[in-house]
Order: sequence, then structure tokens, then C-alpha cells
Amino acid sequence: MYVAVKGGERAIDNAHAWLAEERRGDPAVSELSLAQIRVQLKLAVNRVMAEGSLFDPDLAALAIKQSRGDLIEAIFLIRAYRTTLPRHGASNPIDTAEMAVDRRVSATFKDLPGGQVLGPTFDYTHRLLDFKLAAEGGVGPVATAPATQGPVPHVTEMLNRDGLIEEAPRDDTPPPDLTRTPLELPASRPLRLQAITRGDEGFILSMAYSTQRGYGRTHAFVGELRIGAVAVEMEIPELGFAVEIGEIEVTECETVNQFKGSKTEPPQFTRGYGLVFGQSERKAIAMSLVDRALRWKELGEDFSGAPAQDEEFVLYHADNIQATGFLEHIKLPHYVDFQAELELVRRLRAETMAMREAVQ
Amino acid sequence: MTDQAYNFAYLDEQTKRMIRRAILKGVAVPGYQVPFASREMPMPYGWGTGGVQVTAACLVPEDRLKVIDQGADDTTNAVSIRKFFQRTAGVEVTEATAEATVIQTRHRIPETALSEGQILVYQVPIPEPLRFLEPRETETRKMHELEEYGLMHVKLYEDIARHGEIATSYAYPVKVEGRYVMDPSPIPKFDNPKLGGNAAIQLFGAGREQRIYAVPPYTQVVSLDFDDHPFVASKAPHDCDLCGASESYLDEVITDDQGSRMYVCSDTDFCATRQEAGHHGRLGVPQFSSKKIAKSLEGFCAAEGVTE
Amino acid sequence: MTFHQPVQDTPLLRVTGLTKHYGARIGCADVSFDLYPGEVLGIVGESGSGKSTLLASLAGHLRPEFGRIAYDGRDVLAMSETERRRLSRTDWAYVHQNPRDGLRMGVSAGGNVGERLMAIGGRHYGDIRAKATDWLGRVEIAADRIDDRPSAFSGGMQQRLQIARNLVTAPRLVFMDEPTGGLDVSVQARLLDLLRGLVRDLGLSVIIVTHDLAVVRLLADRLMVMKSGHVVEQGLTDQVLDDPQHAYTQLLVSSVLQV
Repeated sequence: MYVAVKGGERAIDNAHAWLAEERRGDPAVSELSLAQIRVQLKLAVNRVMAEGSLFDPDLAALAIKQSRGDLIEAIFLIRAYRTTLPRHGASNPIDTAEMAVDRRVSATFKDLPGGQVLGPTFDYTHRLLDFKLAAEGGVGPVATAPATQGPVPHVTEMLNRDGLIEEAPRDDTPPPDLTRTPLELPASRPLRLQAITRGDEGFILSMAYSTQRGYGRTHAFVGELRIGAVAVEMEIPELGFAVEIGEIEVTECETVNQFKGSKTEPPQFTRGYGLVFGQSERKAIAMSLVDRALRWKELGEDFSGAPAQDEEFVLYHADNIQATGFLEHIKLPHYVDFQAELELVRRLRAETMAMREAVQ
Repeated sequence: MTDQAYNFAYLDEQTKRMIRRAILKGVAVPGYQVPFASREMPMPYGWGTGGVQVTAACLVPEDRLKVIDQGADDTTNAVSIRKFFQRTAGVEVTEATAEATVIQTRHRIPETALSEGQILVYQVPIPEPLRFLEPRETETRKMHELEEYGLMHVKLYEDIARHGEIATSYAYPVKVEGRYVMDPSPIPKFDNPKLGGNAAIQLFGAGREQRIYAVPPYTQVVSLDFDDHPFVASKAPHDCDLCGASESYLDEVITDDQGSRMYVCSDTDFCATRQEAGHHGRLGVPQFSSKKIAKSLEGFCAAEGVTE
Repeated sequence: MTFHQPVQDTPLLRVTGLTKHYGARIGCADVSFDLYPGEVLGIVGESGSGKSTLLASLAGHLRPEFGRIAYDGRDVLAMSETERRRLSRTDWAYVHQNPRDGLRMGVSAGGNVGERLMAIGGRHYGDIRAKATDWLGRVEIAADRIDDRPSAFSGGMQQRLQIARNLVTAPRLVFMDEPTGGLDVSVQARLLDLLRGLVRDLGLSVIIVTHDLAVVRLLADRLMVMKSGHVVEQGLTDQVLDDPQHAYTQLLVSSVLQV
């Protein structure tokens, strides 16, 4: 409405002040600290880091506080901050075989070198509300075991030694950077993986789920899912060698999929891959399924028309910051366009009425 | 984080150079959509991030910036973007079209004719004019490459077959320099004639879709039509009730719940300037500016509970 | 029976050694033939014989690995995509087996017929509409259905609409892929009759792929029989059908034509 929307400067200031007050809520309730969010809402922090593509638990906690727990809004804050940061260089690829694993499970082998480590998981908990938590119940000491020593080899590596799974040779070509170059299709696999790992968890989950229900089925097994800390190393040109600049927690999922083969090629399993910041295992598994579905062309499979096989569809709609912005922009004033439509409808109606009268 | 922590006009210089390269390419190939690595901006996609990035890449400290949304300087989103550049670039701002060096707009071209040296930056939601005929970007780019524009006319044909006229009232497609079919952003088709032969540089930024395109000064821009159903730039058949202008694009304002209406210029600067020069319309009071009227109406409408 | 003889002695289309594989499997191999202006060439064979692969390779939908296609003296395989796509919306036409593949189902019949006219620069609504009306008449669709969408049409009507949409710009070379497949027998007969008339009146050069020998007997001047990707026999239609030389052709003719 003309009058209501115009003269908005004061309205905006007041709205922001009100928002700040709502964010704090009842001052009688103690304020959330960033440390509380970072430690006790860690999975929310992980999601914000993953989809914000910035590994910084403190900033993610701040964004969650500022956004009142609206995680997409928090991701947006992180993205907008991240894009202004200068780029000093690129790290070496992380080596997940060297991961200090907190959790590591394989669905394909009962036991394997490095062992199955259940870790801190919701799996096998009964989803019953724990009313003790409402009473702020403390947690007693829990049992510990010595950490596993040495590298934990990947399940797919073991399959690879026997030629049972497609090769994934090391490739040191610098991957394209989604945040620095416009998305152009067809996209390479590194580019697709980048887009999916920062894509919306709900969207990627639904895409992956649709492949399981037959829309681009790939018969995936979780070959391995591992969560833990890995070192980040960077080559320092002045030094001439790589130094460790920090440690990040990641979740990695490798799926072993439906084999393919022909008269001349012996059958082999194929791979899907997922890697996400933090403990984000739903996302990592979903990512590996979507990755595998998108690989139909290079693996000589048929395009069945499934959404999860459609690179353009997946990549153009996975980003929740793009999606939410565009969706919500329709609440901005559109009265110039609407006025044009109004005039048109009025004129067309008048013409139709005149014709109807002429007929009568 | 203080404002000093950000570079002039928010974006870092490297990003600006990247955007300027895209702009230059766009100017060199009028109407062609240049892909660019759009950045996340501190406002949501769909709210003018493309325009803001183009403006940021164009601004120099000496610029005078005008920001309009729906033709008006004081709509909420225009206020928000103007404040953003005041904060991050510290440039002078103005509401006067003639005084501005850079004008960022959403959905309108100012009524006052632009002059050489001015830059008009459009916010573009969907840069692809063929998008709703063909959803695939890979296919539409090929259609542009091969100049396969038959489908665009099929849409216009269907309009006439169904409605007796081309029923596209905004974002009306144009052909630039006889080559690229272009979406002029959702401006009303009333504004289309101002696209062609314009003295200003017209730049179009689509942030979410990562595209920049341009219409350099004095470029031929033709609205698509048929020989026997020529393009007509239409508007409401009224004069402005405040300034009496008959040639400007009008907003329709519902003034009560009995269906009473008034028509006012959508371009607030144009309307105010006319009123200050002594023009007035049916409801206009010569000595007051449109803003004062609007302010007085504000209380009235709030009291009546009128909402959009 | 069609008897129109080639009117020129240079071929419109000259195909030599055309070969297309799918991995290790042969799609079609070493196919060569000439097509003269005004001539109708039938390609027959059972499913999997390579006839559809051949047609798709000729029309530019698939890229053959070996061989040459010369259209009007121009090397088709060496053309840029721009040139090839221009050719396929002007000189060439392609009638799909399933009309849904060749029509825009969300666009009115008039818009479907008018699209090719507009693609080559038609900018007069009245003229486009008049031409569309004329063409709807020629394919026996009532003029008052011009603003209806193809989804409201029967299968036979959809196929006739697809033919009108293809022929409106007077192409010189028409590719047809089983144009009567999927239609009732009575509808087929009517469509064949219509096609025969149009081909004769317009002097079209046609390459028609079918598994139905009745279709080629009615339409084709010459016949090519394909099996496992190879051409096993070719010649004048009557000659091939009445006196088949190759064992496979004999089998085809005996199993189908005696009906």
C-alpha cells in the first residue's frame, strides 16, 4: 500500500529495535552465552558452519544467537561475512585416513582394520523425552578407552586393492571454486561436490531419499562413515614445506554402489562421496547418494529423468540462501507490476463485456 | 565489526574488478548475459543483490547516488539500500534524478530523461527472457547463441490468440541492437520506450542468477511485437491526482473501503518537482509537496486500518 | 503407387560409409545411398536393425563416427551447430513417431504450426494465423480448433498437426520416424493417404523409417532393408517387395505382406 510502504526509514529503525528486544526476550531469563551455544547446540553450530562454508564455531554460535535460532538466517550471516574475507591461499587436501576418529562405522563389513567405533550417536537411543534434562540434570563421568593409534585405512581402499571398486586416482588439478567463479554447466564432480556440501540439508536429504525410492536408484551401501578431527596443512612458500595451521572436525561418507560391467569390462562397484564440516552425518550420507546419482553420465548409465540425476536441477536449487532470498522477495512491493497487470485485466474484461453486450 | 572494517562500498577491490570486467563485457556485447561470480551480500538474494554489486563496482567517492524502488525514493527497500551505501561508501545521496550520477532502481525507469554520464543500475530477479518458455539454462544459452527466438514469438502469438492482444504488462521482452533478446527487468512496459536510445549507461545485475548485462548509451532497443499488433506502452488512463501530470506512470491508491481511489505518480521525485513548480492535480494542494500529502495520508490510512 | 521420378540428376542427399556405434555395439555400419529431389526412400527392418539410429544420425540427433553426409553439396557433419540447427528449422523437417515429442503440448494448434514461421522471421500475426488455418485445413483439422491445445486432440489429429507444423515452411527434406506407429488401423490408412497426397503435391524428398511394409509400399519410391546395422538389400520398392533377393527380406515380405 502506497502510504504504508513509503516513508519507511523510521519504520525500519523501529522494526530493528523491536527485533533486538524480541531476540533478547524476557530479561528475567539469563542470556545465552556463545560458549553455551557452541558447546550445547553443537550440531546446530555444525550445520551453520557446513552450509555457511566457514569452519568457525565461535562465529557460527554468534550467528545462531543473532538469528534467534533461525539456522538459515544464521547461515546467511556467515556467508555474507565469509565473502568479505581476504583469501590468503588454499590448504593441502585433508587426509581423512589420518583422522582421529570419534565415530567410524561400516555397513558393508562386520569387522575391519581400525574397528567399528560407535561414538556419540543418536542411533539406538530410544526417542523418549528425557525429563531429567528439563531439571538441568548433570552428567556423571563416562567410561573412556585409549584412542586408536595410527591411520585408519578406508574401506574403499581395501576394495580397491582387489579391483572390486572403481579407481579414484589422486588428481591434483585445482578444483573450481563455486564462490569465486559463476556456476557453469556441465559441472565437474569437484564443483558438484562443493555445491552439495554447502547445499541445504533438507534439500539434499530429500534428493537422496528420492533416489532410494526409485527416482534414480543407485543401490547404495554405506561403505564407511567416519567422524573426527583432521589436521589442515598449508604449504608456506617462504618455508618450502607444509605446516599444520589447525584442526577441523569433518564427517566423511563413502558409499559403495551398484556395480556396472559389460562383456569386456568385469563388474565393479562404484562410489559416492560425501564430506561435510562437523558432525553432520545425515548430510554426509545424503551427499554421497546425490553425488552418486549425479554421476550417471560418466558411468554410462541411463538418464531416467529423476530429479536427483539432473545436475542443473540439483545445483540450481540446493542453495538455501539463494532460495530463501528469492522466495521471500515476493513480499517486497510489486505494485508497479501489479498496477500494469490491473490495467491489462481491466481492459481485457471491458473488451470481453463489450463483445458480450454486442452479441446480445 | 565496525563499518571501517569493510572496504569502500563494501566489496573488496578484487571482487569489484571482477564485476567491472563483467560490466565491460556486457557493454561490449549489448544485451548478452555475462556470467559473474556473484557474492553473498548482507541483504537477501532477490532483494537487489545484483544491483547492489553493480552499483558497488561503479561507485567512486565523488558519486551522488539515488536509489528507487517502484519509482519512489522512500520505499523500505530503497531506504535500506541507500543507507547501506551511505554506511559503506559514504557517498552523497540525492532524490533528484537530474543530480544523481548513479541511480539504482527496482521496477522503474525515472520519468525525467537521463543524460550522458549517468548510470542507471537495474535490479533483476530473472535475467533470462526465455526462462518461462524453457526452464533449462543450458538450453536457453544455446538458444541465445543460435539466435533461436521463434519460441518467444510463439508466446506473444498465444497471448493474442487468447486475449486479442499481447498480455505481457511488465518485464516485456526486447531485442537489443538486432541481436540479443533481453529481459528489461520487471519494469512496466510503459517504461520500455525509454530503454532505447537512452543517453545514460544502463546496467542490469542479477545476483542470485549470477548475470550482468548492459545497454550502452544510444543503443537500439526494440520491444518485441507483430507488424499488425504493434507494441503499445500503456498506463492507467488518468492524470496524477497530486501534480496533474498526464504523461507519467501512476500508482493506484485505495483511499477507503468504499473503493475510492486516487492516482499518483509512481516517480516521487518527478511528482514533487512538478508540484514545487506549481502544477497540481485533482487532489493536489499547490503549496504542499507529495511527501507532505503522503505523510498526512499515513495517519489517515493507519486509522482506517488500510493494509496492502 | 507413386511414380514421380527424380526431377534432377544431382542427389539432394548423398550418404557414404555412415557408421555409428554404441560402445562396442553396432548401431549402423557403412551405410551409403543417394536421395534425389522429390524421391521417397523407405528404410525397413525389425526393431534393433539400426534404422532409427540411421535416421537419427542423418537428422543430426546423433553424431556418427565415420562417413559423410552431403546435403545439397554441403558437408553436414562439418557444419557448425548454428548452421545445422538453422537447416533443421528451414530446409529440413522431422516427424516423430510420438506426436508429443514433436509438438509443444502447452501451445495452441495455431501456435504449433506458426512456430516455424516465426522462427524464420514471420512477424505478421494475421499472416501467420492465415497460414496456420490453411495448413490445419490441409491436414483435415477444422479451422475452429486453431486455438485448442494438442492435448485436446485425438492421437491421429495430433499426428496430422505435427505434420502440418513440419511442412508449413515448405521444407525440402523430411525425416519421418514410424509416423503411423501407435495409431489405429483405420486412422493409419487415412494418415497414409494424406501423407501421400502432401508428398506428391509438394514434391518433398522423404526418408521414412518403418517396420510396416504396407507403409512403404504406399509411399516409397525406393527401399532399403536393414538388419543388424547393415543394409542387406536396396532397390525400387516394387522390385524389392515383389522379388526379394536377400533371405532376410524374403522372410520380412512373407511374414508381413501376405496378410
